[in-house]
Amino acid sequence: MDKVYPSLDDAIADIPDGASIAIGGFFTAGTPVQLIQALARKGAKNLTVMCQSMGPGNEDITPLVVQGQIRKAICNYPFYRSATRGADSPFEKAVRAGQVELEVYPMGTFIEKLRAAGAGLAAFYTPTGVGTVAERGKEKRKFNGREYLLEVAIKPDYAFVYAWRGDRTGNLTCRKTARNYNPDMAAAARITIAAVEGLVEAGELDPDKIHIPGIYVQRVVQVDRPNYIPSID
Amino acid sequence: MAEKRRQFDGLSRELIALRIANELEDGTYVNLGIGIPTLVSNWIEGRDIVLQAEIGMLNTGPLAAQGQVDQDLINASCQPVTEMPGTCYFSDCESFAMIRGGYMDVAVLGALQVSEKGDLAGWNNPERGFPEHIGNIGGSMDLAVGARKVIVAMEHTTRNGDLKIVKKCAYPVTAVGVVKLIVTDLAVIDVTDKGLVLREVAPGLTPEEVQSVTEPKLIISPDLREIRL
Repeated sequence: MDKVYPSLDDAIADIPDGASIAIGGFFTAGTPVQLIQALARKGAKNLTVMCQSMGPGNEDITPLVVQGQIRKAICNYPFYRSATRGADSPFEKAVRAGQVELEVYPMGTFIEKLRAAGAGLAAFYTPTGVGTVAERGKEKRKFNGREYLLEVAIKPDYAFVYAWRGDRTGNLTCRKTARNYNPDMAAAARITIAAVEGLVEAGELDPDKIHIPGIYVQRVVQVDRPNYIPSID
Repeated sequence: MAEKRRQFDGLSRELIALRIANELEDGTYVNLGIGIPTLVSNWIEGRDIVLQAEIGMLNTGPLAAQGQVDQDLINASCQPVTEMPGTCYFSDCESFAMIRGGYMDVAVLGALQVSEKGDLAGWNNPERGFPEHIGNIGGSMDLAVGARKVIVAMEHTTRNGDLKIVKKCAYPVTAVGVVKLIVTDLAVIDVTDKGLVLREVAPGLTPEEVQSVTEPKLIISPDLREIRL
């Protein structure tokens, strides 16, 4: 089973207008920057993206905003910490202008919604957000005397993930904190496209150190290690 | 908006962090939020305290020095950090499973406001001009409900002198009734079923002065003393 695509552009060529895409990475760590850049080149529009942040530390996503490709963003830390810097960011401007719809979830709820989709679950009850604005419009139910909110799974059409090493069959090994959202997003999506720093033959990865089993990964493309200077404000 | 009062000189942000470090017990798992809470890490070197980073790491080491930076190794504030003996990595999903699952002994969080019932408002400042359900939630709501003990680290009032310890939070809350201890530049306050108990005051301050910048009525602890560092 060889899942390797010859180029980034080939790997994302079928993404249609209106697609939903989960994008791995936590600020600068483990973000599949080259796949995002390929999506900007392709220019698919009316997209829904699901990712941790829409700029701070992940400015690679900004071209998608500037080019008007994003209709909706689902995030947990969408804005710059600094309101001054945020006021000038294309994403914050697009949200204020009503050009991009923004949905925000607590970080744990956000990734659990994706995990649930990958695990065949329709929904789950979480104690997070009870008594806050996050409970609006959601079923609240008591178990053993404690209140929980019903959160439904979200299943993206595509996932873009990043891995340190990957084999041709799609088994992936992540490195340090660059693992973050990548495994659960890979499992959640119908089609997962993995950007890997080091592409190897099947059998070359330690089977005990695979963080993303190949069954979740439909396409693999080799990329150069991106250069990030970790920082946000 | 709460009433403005005159401001007092108290502990620096670093010393608020030190006071909290002294409150932490050895053998505990702790998550530090953004801002003053992060500074607590400067005071626990050599202690048997394991820091969790919600990006997916236990035994988070000190900030990386120049030349030591690994772009694949950051904390939840996007600061390059280092490994320690005992470090382990896991996914974000597992990180929040352990947070909600009750494995964090303590979460130290910043706050915009804390109420006398221990409600915490810290994730969204409506002055930014978004609807109240839009903002940087991050991991704060999960930590606030999941940790066994929530300690708030903050300045007692805003820079403008607005009160932050209030009867009822005006800002969108992060969680309801979760805060157990408030440590500010001016005071150490326990949140109890009976109300806020003033346990310690900054050197040179009287309980009346702390009360003058605290909206709810403070119960004075019989053991009231100066903050010791």
